[in-house]
Amino acid sequence: MSTEVNQIEELANKEYKYGFVSDIEAESFPSGLDEDIIRQLSEIKKEPEFMLEWRLKAYKHWLTMEEPNWANIKYPPIDYQAISYYSAPKKKPAKKNLDEVDPELLRTYEKLGISLEEQKVLSGVAVDAVFDSVSVATTFKSKLAELGIIFCSMSDAIQNHPELVKKYLGSVVPYTDNFFATLNSAVFSDGSFVYIPKGVRCPMELSTYFRINAANTGQFERTLIIADEGAYVSYLEGCTAPMRDENQLHAAVVELVALDNAQIKYSTVQNWYPGDKNGIGGIYNFVTKRGACRGVNSKISWTQVETGSAITWKYPSCLLIGDNSIGEFYSVAVTNNFQQADTGTKMIHMGKNTRSTIISKGISAGKSNNSYRGQVKIIKRADNARNFSQCDSLLIGDKCGAHTFPYLDINNPSAQIEHEATTSKIGEDQIFYLNQRGISTEDAIGMIVNGYCKEVFKELPMEFAVEAQKLLSVSLEGSVG
Amino acid sequence: MGHDVDIRDWYISRFKDFENSLNGESLKPIHMLRKEAIEGFAKLNFPTTRDEEWRFTNISPILRFNFKPSLKIKKITKSTVEKFLFKELNCHLLVFINGHFAKEFSRTNNLPKGVVAGNINREISNGSELVGRHLGKYANHKEQIFTALSTAFTKDGAFIYVPDDKIIEEPIHILFITDTNGEQLLTQPRNLYIAGKNSQVTILEHYASVNEGLYFTNVVTEVVAGENSIVDHIKLQEESVKSFHISRTEIDQERSSNFASHSISLGGEITRNDFNSRFNGQGGECTLNGLYLLNGNQLYDTHTMIDHANPYCNSHEHYKGILDGQSRGVFNGKIMVRRDAQKTNAFQENNNIILSSDALVNTKPQLEIFADDVKCSHGATIGQLDADSMFYLKARGIGEEKARTILIHAFASDVVRTVKIEALRNYFEKILNDRFNK
Repeated sequence: MSTEVNQIEELANKEYKYGFVSDIEAESFPSGLDEDIIRQLSEIKKEPEFMLEWRLKAYKHWLTMEEPNWANIKYPPIDYQAISYYSAPKKKPAKKNLDEVDPELLRTYEKLGISLEEQKVLSGVAVDAVFDSVSVATTFKSKLAELGIIFCSMSDAIQNHPELVKKYLGSVVPYTDNFFATLNSAVFSDGSFVYIPKGVRCPMELSTYFRINAANTGQFERTLIIADEGAYVSYLEGCTAPMRDENQLHAAVVELVALDNAQIKYSTVQNWYPGDKNGIGGIYNFVTKRGACRGVNSKISWTQVETGSAITWKYPSCLLIGDNSIGEFYSVAVTNNFQQADTGTKMIHMGKNTRSTIISKGISAGKSNNSYRGQVKIIKRADNARNFSQCDSLLIGDKCGAHTFPYLDINNPSAQIEHEATTSKIGEDQIFYLNQRGISTEDAIGMIVNGYCKEVFKELPMEFAVEAQKLLSVSLEGSVG
Repeated sequence: MGHDVDIRDWYISRFKDFENSLNGESLKPIHMLRKEAIEGFAKLNFPTTRDEEWRFTNISPILRFNFKPSLKIKKITKSTVEKFLFKELNCHLLVFINGHFAKEFSRTNNLPKGVVAGNINREISNGSELVGRHLGKYANHKEQIFTALSTAFTKDGAFIYVPDDKIIEEPIHILFITDTNGEQLLTQPRNLYIAGKNSQVTILEHYASVNEGLYFTNVVTEVVAGENSIVDHIKLQEESVKSFHISRTEIDQERSSNFASHSISLGGEITRNDFNSRFNGQGGECTLNGLYLLNGNQLYDTHTMIDHANPYCNSHEHYKGILDGQSRGVFNGKIMVRRDAQKTNAFQENNNIILSSDALVNTKPQLEIFADDVKCSHGATIGQLDADSMFYLKARGIGEEKARTILIHAFASDVVRTVKIEALRNYFEKILNDRFNK
């Protein structure tokens, strides 16, 4: 027991590895939110009229809403007027290649170990890097363009592909959806846009790196991914953020649309600043992620590794509308110190023969609280729906908490639903077994935890699996091995 | 909303009549509790589906009627009572009609010395110290509106006291019969069972109706399981399918006590059962099992909460439902493992079979865990009868209907066979046969 306590202390004292502030001039709005701010934002981004109208509708609706309080998380009230709603790295004329990108920015990425060149040359990953709120560099764009794939920032999409944006934006997460999604609809600054045309299989993993940089700037990302009939895309999202003492709000919205026979795989590694060992600072991550399997035989798969943020409030969901569509959710959520996570998924079965799988692994250490909250809903006409859910929790130390709140709402007799959940700690017998074979306790615990998460890690694309393991070692291995 | 307030005012106005019917008994200390409860009741609101605890159970049908609190007993014949008894069962018997004790039908002369089994009204009149010490201590009337309603109208119900080291071998059958005679009655049995150290008792709580009337039963039961005691509790609910049944059972478990509950629910248009157990000492054991057979537009809601407040306790929960027609089953099981409640084992399972396309199940098995050295698991399944098993039986020359019955029996047997009283097991088997052997 005492070694475990020591290990936790060791971890608690570990500094946030990716904490630094890069010194780039940022163009920011004064804090506060009203209609004028939204007009100004829309104007800076040279948005067409319909976008402004949509933003204003969302803002008006937001004013009538109340902040939700049902989640199993606690935080001081957020003053939405104290947030600056726009911050962009200083604009320079359009760039054709990486040399034209602000060298300071490039250095920041290098510190993060995500060198654009390296990504480009070695891994074949096209990176649409979002620094604070505006896309700075987009690579491999021309290669993707040959296939008719649109991969650009949301601002570009609004200007260059307004018909697609108009058709799909808000079609999965309507602007009235929930408090944070509505706020996002009103003030979203930028994000990524992906469109895969009919029958195209995207030849590379698309990825975006989000970073929160300027102080006091809430990030309101908006991501929209559309896979047209028979298309396939794998999208990666990864985050690290500099060290901060004030809590920063992040309310992103991600919408996925899969048409007939299309497949979308969305992977996330989230490692934002979780606050220090006393629970001061850290990011508030209130995200709405939802995918709609609109077409027959479509498939949406969410994989997430959540290690950062002071508070995570996030339920990547699937609306299984098309017949035979498939939804998947694989998640590893790690909380330590005073971190709080309330995460899970919703699988709404609406079409016939729809299937969903939920694998959720929660690990709590320190004084953290980790909750799984999920819903599986089978509506009346969704014949032969099938769901399997497994949510396991691992507790490290006796001051943390693990909670599960699964909702199963079944309205069709042909449905087959299974839900399993377990909570346990790492068994002394398991460690003893490995010790016997000459493996040190630290390595043994590392092995057990990695094995525990393996079901989820194996779903990650190769490029990410490495990073995910690195992140797990940063956030956890100090505490367990 | 306005209507809810009207209904609340209706019950508050009935309180005056109730007070008058007490005949000077209103001077007893218990009356302070009643008054406090009615004042609290006036401040509380009836739950709506916006309340998390009532999310799937819409009680507005209950609020549509002005139920009249039942103030007096109704005369019924001996043969009517006998219809509800189990012939093969040797037991002690307490009979309540419309919520009031019927001494003439009750049979308690065979009890061991020191054991009290009777009605709580008598204990209140006698100024029982035990009642003063325990009544209303476990069921919180300050937050739960139906408990407040029950507490305000506390009049009668079963009272069982088993002194230290006493073992009652034969079960105590408590029969609550409602005979509305066309009236829309509200009966509110208020039960208190106290088991002393090293004692053992089996209690069968049985709710039945003479006719298919429309009435409302609102039960609050408090159980104190003393150190090292064994308390077996069986609840058989066979109310009229037009009636409403809301029940709350609070169990207080002392060190090394063993409490088991089997809840078999068949009747009621809307039924809500709350079973809450709390471990006050180490080494406790709690079993909560249930079986619900629903049809028509019945709604059955079980909420359980097992509070592992102390280390080295075990809990097992297994609820099974078979749903037909447009019925709806709701299960919300919560296991709370508090800080320092190490070496806890808690297992929970909810399985449902849906037989019709209009039935609906909402299940929410919930774990809240604050200790690390624990083994907790929960599971939930919802499905139909297994097609492969069906095929297997049919291949052996068993007809569709028969095969169905066999499979339903097998499904229900997990709960039925854990009931320790053979006469009841046979009775449940018979119910299953009658239901599904069409």
